[in-house]
Amino acid sequence: MSDSLRPTSSDDNQGAQPLYVPIKRRSFFVYAGATAGATALLLAGCNDDDSNVDANTTVDVGAGDVGVLNYAYALEQLEAAFYAEVLKGGYFTGLAPAAAERQIFADIALHEQIHADFFKTALAGNAIKALTPNFSAINFGDRTSVLTSARAFEDLGVAAYNGAGRFITDPKFLVVAGKIVSVEARHAAIIRDLITPNSFVANDVVDFSTTSATARQERSKLPAEVLTTANTFLAEGSKVSAKSLV
Amino acid sequence: MDLLKIFSEIEKIDGEVYERFDTRRRVFRHMAGLGKTITAATMPVMLGAMFNKAYGQTTGLSADIKNTLNLALQLEYLEYYYYDAGLKTPGLIPTADVPAVTIMRDDELGHINALKSVLGADAFPDPTVAAFDYTASNRLAPFAAAAGYYATAQSLEDTGVRAYKGGAPKLMANKDILTAALNIHSVEARHSAHIRMVRRTLAGSTNGGDIAGGANNQNPKSWVSLRENGGPVPAVTAPIYGPGTTTDFPGEDNVTQATVNVQNTTTYPTVPGVTLTDALKAAAVAEAFDEPLDDLTVKAIVRNFRSAIGVGKGLFV
Repeated sequence: MSDSLRPTSSDDNQGAQPLYVPIKRRSFFVYAGATAGATALLLAGCNDDDSNVDANTTVDVGAGDVGVLNYAYALEQLEAAFYAEVLKGGYFTGLAPAAAERQIFADIALHEQIHADFFKTALAGNAIKALTPNFSAINFGDRTSVLTSARAFEDLGVAAYNGAGRFITDPKFLVVAGKIVSVEARHAAIIRDLITPNSFVANDVVDFSTTSATARQERSKLPAEVLTTANTFLAEGSKVSAKSLV
Repeated sequence: MDLLKIFSEIEKIDGEVYERFDTRRRVFRHMAGLGKTITAATMPVMLGAMFNKAYGQTTGLSADIKNTLNLALQLEYLEYYYYDAGLKTPGLIPTADVPAVTIMRDDELGHINALKSVLGADAFPDPTVAAFDYTASNRLAPFAAAAGYYATAQSLEDTGVRAYKGGAPKLMANKDILTAALNIHSVEARHSAHIRMVRRTLAGSTNGGDIAGGANNQNPKSWVSLRENGGPVPAVTAPIYGPGTTTDFPGEDNVTQATVNVQNTTTYPTVPGVTLTDALKAAAVAEAFDEPLDDLTVKAIVRNFRSAIGVGKGLFV
């Protein structure tokens, strides 16, 4: 599958870029003869724009379908890391073994790790690095803190997938994103209902007009807006950008 | 300049490019009819005119987009009138959930209005409540008690989620319409999750649901778990939770995504107090991905809910 993905460099393979150059491009150099050197320089210049780590040590997701998948991978890493901490925290471990919330959070934790590992496997050599989260603002011993944080992550994930659909070119990746976003929406809905009954849909996440062009539709967000929020939960050196997804 | 090559390249991202230009042959007849030699200088002007004609607003939406949105619109009518009928049945909906059903009904109304505005004159006309038979020819009694009402509601919402997912690739040529459809799709998924929670409450459940919804799907999770033991009303809606039809449209118990066997490639977190057996892993992986339904299967499911009037109006054809 990775054969169909346009390669981009990642922070730990900067020196090994030729390994990721597709066969066709290499063959081209052979036939291009004298101009090959100059062309390679130009391509190297282009690759600099797509590289995953810029001067400010921001992890860029890259361009095209790889960019969208890496963007999703970044968000899934963040969610998976959050729920992994939830499972260790006092709120979760203090719940009765058969409590509904315990089971719900255990399920969601599994789902998000499954999502993250799926993208890691699918992206293979094109995947961004493992990100380091910063959850210092969250109190994992406190129910309200955990639930409101979970709501924020899930709503953000739904808005992000919906907003990124337009950047996908390969239908099979659009379908995969669609398969995941509805599960994120299910997570968001139950968590919101746990916080406030009947808030599974509300005006903060859905346009509550019934007559506007975006009537009763999710308020999707473009990558730049999503990442501004997501980056507040990522450590220095793990902040993510999506410069090509605009 | 190799025109055929250009068309071939466009075809990769727009399968209907030739239809947009009427037919491939007519394009060239049109060019021949200009009565002058095609030169490198005149070509860009001609191409500009051709592409403007093919992709300009006046040509309207492609057949794929119109068909996909009109199926979605008919599903929205189905859901809107279902919730509206429930709200108009005294004592059916638990008082505490009336606000939720009202939200869902109004969500469907908003979706109807939005889809109608995109489709314009091509929109499937409002068939009215008379077009629907929610008893599916007296096989169901959804307005007799809350449990039955929410059972059918879950089936309709899960159908909607799967239908939008299946239709999305056909909307890729128009990014704004695609985004609108995605933004509706996730709202339907939120509905399904809420309805599933209500069904747990109605069943007296105190947990978060059982794998596959437990016996007779009486205790569903908020997400689709494996094949839901056939679903809440299997006699009518079996294909929603069925085995699937093709690799592109698998059953909800699917664990392979984009050729990746996700069950085998996941590094599972440690869940305190839980031993993750292979069966639990398979269920979690299946739950983590909702699956699309193809339009023919969607229509076959929802045709169960047409009245004779609905048949006469060409609903779900």
